[in-house]
Amino acid sequence: MKTATREKLVSAVFLAVALTSVAAVALICVFLFASGIPAVGEIGVFRFLLGREWSPTDVPPVFGILPMILGSLYVTAGAILFGVPVGVLTSVFMARMCRPRLYRVIKPALDLLAGIPSIVYGFFGLMVLVPLTREIFGGTGKSIFTASLLLGIMILPTIIGVSESALRSVPQSYYEGALALGASHTRAVYFTVLPAAKSGIFAGVILGIGRAIGETMAVIMVAGNQARAPTGVFKGVRTLTANIVMEMGYSEGLHREALIATGVVLFVFILIINVSFSLVKRRSKQ
Amino acid sequence: MKSRQRTKRKPLDLALAAVTYIAAGLTVAILLLLIGYVVIQGVPNLKLSMFSPRYTSENVSAFPAIVTTVELTLLSLIIAVPLGVCTAIYLTEYARRGNRVVGLIRITAETLSGIPSIVYGLFGMLFFVTALGWGFSLIAGALTLAIMILPLIMRTTEEALLSVPDSYREGSFGLGAGRLRTVFRIVLPAAVPGILSGVILAIGRIVGETAALIYTAGTAAEMPTLTGSARTLAVHMYTLSSEGLHTGEAYATAVILLVLVVGINALAAFSAKKLTRA
Repeated sequence: MKTATREKLVSAVFLAVALTSVAAVALICVFLFASGIPAVGEIGVFRFLLGREWSPTDVPPVFGILPMILGSLYVTAGAILFGVPVGVLTSVFMARMCRPRLYRVIKPALDLLAGIPSIVYGFFGLMVLVPLTREIFGGTGKSIFTASLLLGIMILPTIIGVSESALRSVPQSYYEGALALGASHTRAVYFTVLPAAKSGIFAGVILGIGRAIGETMAVIMVAGNQARAPTGVFKGVRTLTANIVMEMGYSEGLHREALIATGVVLFVFILIINVSFSLVKRRSKQ
Repeated sequence: MKSRQRTKRKPLDLALAAVTYIAAGLTVAILLLLIGYVVIQGVPNLKLSMFSPRYTSENVSAFPAIVTTVELTLLSLIIAVPLGVCTAIYLTEYARRGNRVVGLIRITAETLSGIPSIVYGLFGMLFFVTALGWGFSLIAGALTLAIMILPLIMRTTEEALLSVPDSYREGSFGLGAGRLRTVFRIVLPAAVPGILSGVILAIGRIVGETAALIYTAGTAAEMPTLTGSARTLAVHMYTLSSEGLHTGEAYATAVILLVLVVGINALAAFSAKKLTRA
């Protein structure tokens, strides 16, 4: 009887600790929304979300974050354009075309690519990709193109990792069936295994989108950060994340709250991405 | 007929294989380029003055940043590891299947792992720095990062606990041990390598983190105190490169960071190997 009550107590303690993550999410939501929403109310929802001008130091200040929303979307789309083809093809290589000995070299290399701090990526982008873009395409070199390229590289490990495990979880009988029907190895992989892993790969892409849209330090070093609607692929752009980091240091009052509201918009984007990720993952399991 | 089919098939096969190899080659080439470039530019800039105990605007010492990185890592782990491990124990050993609370915990953990670090930074600033009135401080940074790495520790520990065979638990119960004793004496020790690899991954994230720290731990280049502002190596590198005055030192800091990451990855691989052998 005594042990039974003790076990019950222990179980309750574990439950209480386990609720930390629930409390953390609740706190994050409460603090972000409570600090950001009033500013949105004051500025006006439409003028905030759809306003084309961001001039926080003007009198009176103007807070429109449409340029930053577009900036984040463009840069993320660009990253997908660069990262997904290379990532998916590399994952095919890793899962189906790679000799074990080579795999033992490439796998740690990819882990390393995933572990490199984003600030190092950003510095590399600033020192290598920016001058390169400037030489080839003109302009300042800090542009949507450069940021997309760098983000495309940064999301490679995410996409490769998820796609590879999706490809590996396709039953071997699919591949063998294709071979038995006369397909070559390459064809069997590309026309039966790859389509079967489709939704798993898609989940990886969504995860990559989440990474790209939330990336901060690397992007602000190569994107130029002009707070106006981008006019071209080789023009500078500011993302939602960059907007927060660049101005939070000296902002106060409504400006500061508007920056927190920028964070809320980013947070909502991420929540949407998370939900779609779990939906896709659930479907891929069935 | 047969030969026509073959000639039709071959170019496509070749093209697909070629594209695959090119993509894989490109991925590896990018990594080599990045590491090669940072090492070539950074190693000549590694000077002894970078490791002098005090930071001045002349020596741009990275030493306080190194100490801060170590302290911040330890602090965050001390907070997050017990929480994460206990949560995983609850989920795998205590909770009943189909329990609603379990679903809620899983969803929130998944949400946490998707939140970008700048949002953590904002939250840390609003909650620890402003609402609790701690100001930019090491402890505010450590707590922010602890929340950030919590889902990672949880997930890896859970996987490690699940991979412990049920026969261990049954044997322990059969010998008359209670659930608590079984968990701490039998299941947890068997899961240690897996938990360790999760901890090592978490260290990697802490070492590389910048955005969540700028507005929680701040950017002061002093030796760290618990309640004072301090910068880690990654933040140090960010301030150096955004000032644009000390490019050489920024490269050198990048080399230090790379060495750390390589070391951390090697450790993680080592403990994972131990896990599969066990």
